[in-house]
Amino acid sequence: MAKVVANNLVVDYPIYGTNSRSFKNAFIRTATGGLLARNANEQVVVRALNGVTFELGEGDRVGIVGHNGSGKSTLLRVIVGAYEPVSGSISVAGKVSSMLSISLGMEPEATGYENIFLRGVLMGLKPREIEALADGIISFSELGDYIEMPVRTYSSGMAMRLAFAISTSISADIILMDEWLSVGDASFSEKAQQRLQAVLDQAKILVIASHNEELIRKNCNKIMRLDHGELVSFQQLYA
Amino acid sequence: MSSTTRLQAALSDLKEGVCSIYIWPVLGWQEVKQRYRRSTLGPFWLTLSTGAMIGAMGPLYGRLLGQDVASYFLYLATSFIIWLFISGLVTESCQAFISAEGYIKQSKLPLTVHVLRVIWKNLIFFAHNMVIVVIVMLAYPPPALSLVWLFPVGIALIMVNGLWCGLLLGLLCARFRDIPQIVTSLMQVAMFLTPIFWKADMLGKHQWAATWNPIFHFLEVARAPLLGVAAGAQSWLVVFAVTILGSLVTLVFFTRFRARIAYWV
Repeated sequence: MAKVVANNLVVDYPIYGTNSRSFKNAFIRTATGGLLARNANEQVVVRALNGVTFELGEGDRVGIVGHNGSGKSTLLRVIVGAYEPVSGSISVAGKVSSMLSISLGMEPEATGYENIFLRGVLMGLKPREIEALADGIISFSELGDYIEMPVRTYSSGMAMRLAFAISTSISADIILMDEWLSVGDASFSEKAQQRLQAVLDQAKILVIASHNEELIRKNCNKIMRLDHGELVSFQQLYA
Repeated sequence: MSSTTRLQAALSDLKEGVCSIYIWPVLGWQEVKQRYRRSTLGPFWLTLSTGAMIGAMGPLYGRLLGQDVASYFLYLATSFIIWLFISGLVTESCQAFISAEGYIKQSKLPLTVHVLRVIWKNLIFFAHNMVIVVIVMLAYPPPALSLVWLFPVGIALIMVNGLWCGLLLGLLCARFRDIPQIVTSLMQVAMFLTPIFWKADMLGKHQWAATWNPIFHFLEVARAPLLGVAAGAQSWLVVFAVTILGSLVTLVFFTRFRARIAYWV
């Protein structure tokens, strides 16, 4: 049963200046009762999410829209579990696949083949499971013999193709995406979209943040509007 | 969040981290491999330079300190190599979370994984350096080898302490970015204050200058078995006390601040 329940989420980002990052200043501040190094006291906090409440269930295809800095990416990272909210709660049931940064953990000095394993274990796969998927990933990415070469020798398009092929090689209950993934040249791009669509169709819940409302209307059945960290509206979309 | 749920979250981070046996060895090994790439000798370069240093210092300091060169050589080799392991763990602990920023901000890996990565990497480097110890042991055999089984116990204790040390220092350094420099300087001073190049009993009635230092006791517990002697009861006591105390203090900090680390890195 896939489910995402967010209750009154609040996320604050502390913004540290060089002074407040200094142990020396923090120490002097405590020792002198804040008389010295007064600047170190000023800690700016940015409220990235403010009292966000929603519930997602099976079949939901949610598009998050909002301006830059409205909290879209923060919300996705809270659902992934990277950020824990300052107050409020989030509960996520089901296997989550994050496509927020598909190149995370890729090692330029390692070969393409090694990188399949590096990304694979980070996605929670066991080495044996990765081995089973490896052939499919290699043939889909069309890298051929390049797979035995270090990733630093790849063009950026090739590296993206590999990262994309790995990230879309397993299905999940809940898929999170920050902007629609698109990779490669025209012919590869079409093939990639089909593969992505297939993975997304299998997912029970999809959450995607995007600036492209048209794309969201095409692929989603619900739309969530964020503004300055607040949930302005959460509506059903009708085709 | 109540403190009980915080504690549960901290403990489950530890448990899940340790159980992620497909992740931290791969990440740690990856860093070692980095050294092997485009270099035939890889980490053995470190071994070579450490070996050269010990080879040059052994006879020199042995004479300077009026020691029997045979026994001093082995003492120096074991001490220095275990010291490198300990100081590597401590100084790299400071970067454990900072260097894993991408992972921490984008995914839900247990934070413990990043500390275990540091420990694993240092253990592999340590294993490379052990080649030197083995060579010296063959050249100058210790009087007895019956206690050698205690050596892995000592190393395991150092690693357990590396875990709390990594969590605590990693956390503090993520928040206060000048702590890594402080730690690095302290470790440099500690190298000279700890009996590595010299022996504690050379201090005569001033042996307290060595025994107050917890690092001395960790060294003792791991190196004594290789030198064919038993580590003193005091050393075992200090090591166990530090292990328990350090773990408790770390648990308090990790419970309280674990969730903040993602915002700090």
